[in-house]
Amino acid sequence: MIRENQRRFGFDWLTIIIYVLLVGFGYINIMSASHNGEITNYFDMSQPYGKQLIFMGLSIVLIILTLSVEAKFYERFASIIYIVAILSLLGLFVFGKDVNGARSWYGIGSMTIQPSEFAKFATALAVAKYISDIQTNLKTIKDQLKVAAIIILPALLILLQNDAGSTLVYASFFFVFYREGLQQVYIIIGFSLVVLAVLALKFGLTATGLIAALIIFGLFFFRRKKRASILQPILILIVSLVFAFGVKLFYNNVLKPHQQNRISLWLRLEKDPAKLERMKKAEAYNLIQSEEAIGAGGFWGKGFMEGTRTTGKFVPEQHTDYIFSTVGEEWGFLGSASVVVLFTLLIIRILYLSEQQKSQFSRVYGYGLASILFVHFTINVGMVMGLIPTVGIPLPFFSYGGSGLWAFTILLFIFIKLDSNKINEW
Amino acid sequence: MRKLLLLALVVLVGFAFIGRLYYLQVYDSASYNPLNDSAVRKVFTYPKRGYVYDRNGELLVANQPSYDVMVIPREVEEFDISEFCALLKITEEQYHKTLDRARAYSPRLPYVFLSNLSKEDYAFLQEKMRKYDGFYIQKRSIRTYRKTIGANVLGDIGEVNQAIINKDPYYSKGDLIGKQGVEKTYEKILRGTKGIKFIQKDRFNRDLGPFKNGEHDTIAKPGKDITITIDSKLQEYGELLMTNKRGGIIAIEPSSGEILAMVSGPTYNPNLLVGRERSKNFNKLYNDSLAQPLFDRGLQAMYPPGSPFKTINALIGLQEGVVTPQDKFRCNLGFNYGNRKMGCHVHRSPADMNLGIYESCNAYFANVYLKIMNKYDSPAKSMDVWSNHVKSFGLGNYLGNDLSVGQPGKIPTANTYNRAHGEGRWYPTFTLSNAIGQGEVLATPIQLANMAAAIGNRGYYYTPHIIKEIQDDTIPSKYTTPNYTSIDEKYFEPVVQGMFDVYNKGTADMVQIPGIEICGKTGTAENFAIIDSVKTQLTDHSIFVAFAPKDNPKIAIAVFIENGYFGSRFAGKMASLMIEKYLKNEITRTDLENFVLRYSLEHEYKKPFSGEPFGINRETILDPISDEEFEALQRKKRRIDSK
Repeated sequence: MIRENQRRFGFDWLTIIIYVLLVGFGYINIMSASHNGEITNYFDMSQPYGKQLIFMGLSIVLIILTLSVEAKFYERFASIIYIVAILSLLGLFVFGKDVNGARSWYGIGSMTIQPSEFAKFATALAVAKYISDIQTNLKTIKDQLKVAAIIILPALLILLQNDAGSTLVYASFFFVFYREGLQQVYIIIGFSLVVLAVLALKFGLTATGLIAALIIFGLFFFRRKKRASILQPILILIVSLVFAFGVKLFYNNVLKPHQQNRISLWLRLEKDPAKLERMKKAEAYNLIQSEEAIGAGGFWGKGFMEGTRTTGKFVPEQHTDYIFSTVGEEWGFLGSASVVVLFTLLIIRILYLSEQQKSQFSRVYGYGLASILFVHFTINVGMVMGLIPTVGIPLPFFSYGGSGLWAFTILLFIFIKLDSNKINEW
Repeated sequence: MRKLLLLALVVLVGFAFIGRLYYLQVYDSASYNPLNDSAVRKVFTYPKRGYVYDRNGELLVANQPSYDVMVIPREVEEFDISEFCALLKITEEQYHKTLDRARAYSPRLPYVFLSNLSKEDYAFLQEKMRKYDGFYIQKRSIRTYRKTIGANVLGDIGEVNQAIINKDPYYSKGDLIGKQGVEKTYEKILRGTKGIKFIQKDRFNRDLGPFKNGEHDTIAKPGKDITITIDSKLQEYGELLMTNKRGGIIAIEPSSGEILAMVSGPTYNPNLLVGRERSKNFNKLYNDSLAQPLFDRGLQAMYPPGSPFKTINALIGLQEGVVTPQDKFRCNLGFNYGNRKMGCHVHRSPADMNLGIYESCNAYFANVYLKIMNKYDSPAKSMDVWSNHVKSFGLGNYLGNDLSVGQPGKIPTANTYNRAHGEGRWYPTFTLSNAIGQGEVLATPIQLANMAAAIGNRGYYYTPHIIKEIQDDTIPSKYTTPNYTSIDEKYFEPVVQGMFDVYNKGTADMVQIPGIEICGKTGTAENFAIIDSVKTQLTDHSIFVAFAPKDNPKIAIAVFIENGYFGSRFAGKMASLMIEKYLKNEITRTDLENFVLRYSLEHEYKKPFSGEPFGINRETILDPISDEEFEALQRKKRRIDSK
C-alpha cells in the first residue's frame, strides 16, 4: 500500500495503475475480438478497436477535467447532477434512438451516448449527498423510503427503456445502505427472498412451502424467547408462500420468453431434449460458445490474436459484454485469473480508502463506487463463465463502448479526487 | 461487522471465479491440438494409394479416377430440374430426396449428390455442369483390380466406420480403408499419409483463410507400392480348377514361406467391391449363407486333417525313440483295443513305417501313437510332450502371418483331457483318434501346407506370408528367420520316402506327374450337418497335402475340397495339377485336368437342402457339367496358358 506521504498530488496511484492496466488490457482484447485479418490502421474509425482508441483518448480529457474540479463541487452540485441525469433519461422517450429493441441511446452524428451509464455516478453522488446529510437517519422508515426513491427513479426509467440489465445494477446501493446503518433484518429478508425465488422456480411451490415451513417453525421452536405467539411464524410462512407464488406468476407471465429461457438454462429447468437443442442454438448459444472459448485457452492461453474462436467470431458480442471470453481464450488461466485478481484488488482498495475518509459524503460515494463495480464485475464475469443467468451488462473499463468507459472513468476519478482531498478536510 | 459484508463478498466472488476459471481452463481442458479445434476447418488431400504387384511384377491392383457430383444446397438456384435429372439419369423424385438429405446434413457444406460417374458421363457432364448453380463435379481416386482373381487375397477398400474413427484419430468420416485381404493388412503402407490444410473458419462456417499461415499444414505422402508373393498365373489356374467346387488351395514356397497361391472357392470378382455398387454387392456376398464366398476356406476352414497328420506321428515316434523305421506292426483290417476296434482297409500286413505311410495304415499309427503315449510315467506327461512336438509344426495356433483372417486350429494337451475327464482319470486309448488326425485335432489348409513345407525342408519352416517387397522398405524379419521344429533332421528321410511312395505305389499312384518327384499324403475328413435337428453325415471332405520335388522342394501345397469324398478323387488331382503348373508351366496330365474341370460338386452341396434322403461317400456319383460350360472352362484355361 502506498503511504500517504508518498502520494504525488495526493492521488492514490495504486488505484490509477490498476485502472490503466484494466483499460489497456481491455483495448488489447477488443483488438483481438474485433479485427478482421491484419490490422493496417489502428485508427480505423469504422472498427471497434479504432473507436475505442478515440474513447480512451477522450477519457484522458475527462480524467483531467474531473481531477481539476474542486472536490467540494461534487458534494455541492450532487443534486443538480442527479436532476440532469434524470432529465437526460426522460429525454430518451422523446429523442432516443432504438438499438436492439432498447431505447437507451442519444444519437449525435455517428456517435451514440447512453445516459443510463452516466446516471450511475449521478445516483451515487445523490445517495452520498442524501445519506451524509446530518438530519438523515437510515434507521427510520421515512428516510429509508426517501433514499430508496433516489435509486428507484433512475432504475425505473431505465427499465422502461427495456434495459433490464442496467436496472439490476441499482440494487448494488443496498450494500451502501447497509454500511450506513440499514437494519440487519433487511439483509436477512433480502437473502431469504432470493433463496425463496430460486427454490420456487427450481422445485415448485409445494416443495418450497415445505422447506420454508420446516425452517421457519424450526427456528421458532429452537430460539423461542419468552412467550412468543405462534401467529408470527404462520404469518411469515403465508407471506413467503404468497411471494413464491408471485415469483412463479412473474416468471410465467411477465418475463419475456428469452428471459425465461435464460433463467431456465441457469437453473436447468428444461428437461425436454428437443427444446434444449433449440435453446442451444438460441439463448444458450452465446453461453456455450463463450465457455468453450474460455476452456480452449488452457493454462497459458493461445496468445494475442491467436484465439481460433475469437478470430472466427464464434462468440457474438465478444468485444462488448463477452470480452472476458477473449481474455480466457488468448491469455488462458494466467491472464483471466489476473483480471479477476485486478478487479478484486481494485474493489478492495476502494473499500479500504472509503473507510479512511473523514467526510461521510466521500465514504458513502466510495462505497457506492465499490458496490457498482462489484455488481458489474460479478454479473458480467459470472455470466460469461456460465455461473449466473445471462444479463447484458458490460465489464467496467474493459468492454468496448464510449459511454461505458467514460461513465466508469468519471465514477472512479471523482472518488480519486475526493480521496486526494481528505487531508484538506480539516 | 457492517464494514465486512461487502469486503467478504468481494473476496468470496474472486475465489469463486478463479476456481471456475481453473475448472474450465486447466482441469477440464486437454492440451491444444488444431485437429480437435472445431473453429478450424480441416481439408484433407489424399495421396495416391500404393499399387500391388504379384511376384513376377505383374500389376494386380491400381487406381482409377472416379467422379462424384457434389452439391452445396444453399447455393442451388432455380433451373430446369427435369433437364438436369435427364442428364444425370435419375428421377425427379430421387433428385428431391437426395437434395433434402443434403440439406439436412448441412446447407453450407458439400454433399455427395451422385457418386462414381462413368468416364463417359463425366466427359459429357463436365461442360454442362456450369449451368447448374450449387452443383459441381469432384474427382476422387478409387481402386481397380486388373485381373479378376484373388478377391480373398487382395481384399477391398471401403468407407471407414465409426468404431475405427473412434479408435484411430488418423481417419475421419468418408475416408477409405482396407477392409479385407492385403488391402487391410498393408493398409498403413498402401494408404500413405494424407495431407491436412487447416483453415480458420467463422461461426457461419465460412473460410477466413489459412490458420496461422499454414504452419500446421502437412503435405500428403503417397502410399508405397508392394509386391506380394502370389504367382498370379498359379492363382488364376487354381481358381479355374476350383470352379463348381467349394474348398481351399494353399501353395507355399518351402524355402522362403512365400504364399504362391491362396485359392478359396467359391470366389468372386474383386471389382464387385469397387465404387457405387460396393455396399449392394457386399451385402449380397455377405448374405449368401450357403456358399459363403466371403469365408476364406484356405485360411478359416478348420477340419480334422485326417491321414496327412499321420506323418507327424511317425516323426514324433522316431524323435522320441519309441519306434524305428523297420519296426513292424500287425494290421487285422484295423486295430483292436479293449472291446473296440479302429478299422483299416485291405493291405499287406505286418506294416513297417514306409508301408504304414503309403498305405495309410490306421493300425500302424495306433501302435506308434500308443508307444509315444506310454513312454513317460503318466499319460498327461506324454500327451504334453506329444502336443509340443505337434505345435512346433505351426499347428494348433495362429501362424502369426500377414493375412487378414485366420484360425488357430486345435491341438489337444493334457489339460484338454483333464478338463473333459478329470485329472488322472483318462488313458491313452481315450485319445487314440489323434493317431490318425481325427479326434481333438483340427487344422486349416494353410497350416497343413505349412506342415508339408516343414517336412519338405526336413525340420524347419518360414512363417507363411504374402508380402514380398515393400517399396523403399524391408519386410519384417519374422518372415525371413526359420522356425525349427522339435524333430531332428535325420528322422525326416524315412517319412519323406513314405510320402514319396504314396505317389509311387500308395493311395495317390494314379495322380503321378511324369518327371516330377512328388511327396504327398491323401486324407479324408468326416463331416456332419444338422438337418431338421438331426445330425447327419455328409460326404467326406477330400484332402491332399504334398510337396515337390522330393529334395529341395519348390512348392508345398494343401488342397481341401468340401464333400469331395476320398483324398485323391479331387484334392489329389488338383494338387498334382497345381504342382505341375507351377514347376513346368504346362499340363501333361490333361486327363486329370479334364476330370477336375468336368465334374461339379454343386449337386453334393444341394443335398442337405433338398429335403429328401440322400446317399453319401460310396453312393455319391460324379456329376458332369454341360459341354458348353466345359468348353467355356477350356477356353478360360487356354487363355491362362497363352499368357
